Amino acid sequence: MNDPKHYYEDIVVGRTETLGSTSVTKADIIAFARAFDPQPLHLDEEAAQATMVGRLCASGWHSCAILMRLICDGFLLDAASLGSPGMEEVRFLKPVFPDDELSGRFTCQTKRTLASRPNVGMCRVLFEMTNSAGEVVLSWDTNQLFALREFPAGAEASR
Amino acid sequence: MSTHFEDLVIGHKTELGSHTFTKAEIIDFATKFDPQRFHMSEEGGKDSLFGALCASGWHTSAVWLRLVVDYRKRIGDQMIYRGERPAKWGPSPGFEKIRWVKPVFVGDTIRFTTAISEKRDSKSRPDVGLLYSLNEGFNQNGDLAFQVTSKMFVERRVPLG
Repeated sequence: MNDPKHYYEDIVVGRTETLGSTSVTKADIIAFARAFDPQPLHLDEEAAQATMVGRLCASGWHSCAILMRLICDGFLLDAASLGSPGMEEVRFLKPVFPDDELSGRFTCQTKRTLASRPNVGMCRVLFEMTNSAGEVVLSWDTNQLFALREFPAGAEASR
Repeated sequence: MSTHFEDLVIGHKTELGSHTFTKAEIIDFATKFDPQRFHMSEEGGKDSLFGALCASGWHTSAVWLRLVVDYRKRIGDQMIYRGERPAKWGPSPGFEKIRWVKPVFVGDTIRFTTAISEKRDSKSRPDVGLLYSLNEGFNQNGDLAFQVTSKMFVERRVPLG
């Protein structure tokens, strides 16, 4: 593993960072739905027409998995990440359709070091995924843990 | 397609079934969606804070999703068999308070449950209500490993008027 580029100290509150882009095919949508969310809306064009959305669209949890991949490739794999204890709120704001161009971005809202582990910092982060029209399709309000580059004086390593 | 909003009882809890996570499926999911080293190989897991290869939290979530979708479909099929019309379920506006409490390691068997926690009327849409469910996953030692509050719009038998 290479040395991480992004430590806790590098994350700037209030600054929006862009992640990369990807797209999702109809085949991807159907494959995820077959495995994990086999509902007509995500499985079949014709059956989807009879639903409220009216078109085949991705499972909300598939769009979460796609955003996770954008976060990994665009940031997390180069970060001194110590994982996430969970998320406060995830919103499925718009349907994700086949061949939508999806882009990720994130903004750190607040950050603090942990009293119990002074070499670890927690960031409250808003992650968003947008479609080709620039609409936000998915948002995450989440906590993410990062190691500090410099151990505070007197703090013991907990990594 | 499942139970109508009016018939859902707060506190009602259902066993959804369990799933044993294999090394192959953990790595397959991670390769597609969450290629962090501790989800990709035994070695990557060993030198991480988890201590061993473990499933992506999104993978654990997706397995819960499959079990809950299958359960709702079984209820809907039973209603059709009895000559009743199942209610429309969905879409979901999202979810809250997802917690990956313990890592899910290779060979772990997670038992999932869902319980109805809250029902809210929809101001803008009298034909549906918003259902909150608390979903949990426990490993073979009985430890809570996964938790999420899901939200779903569910059709009413009779629109609010």
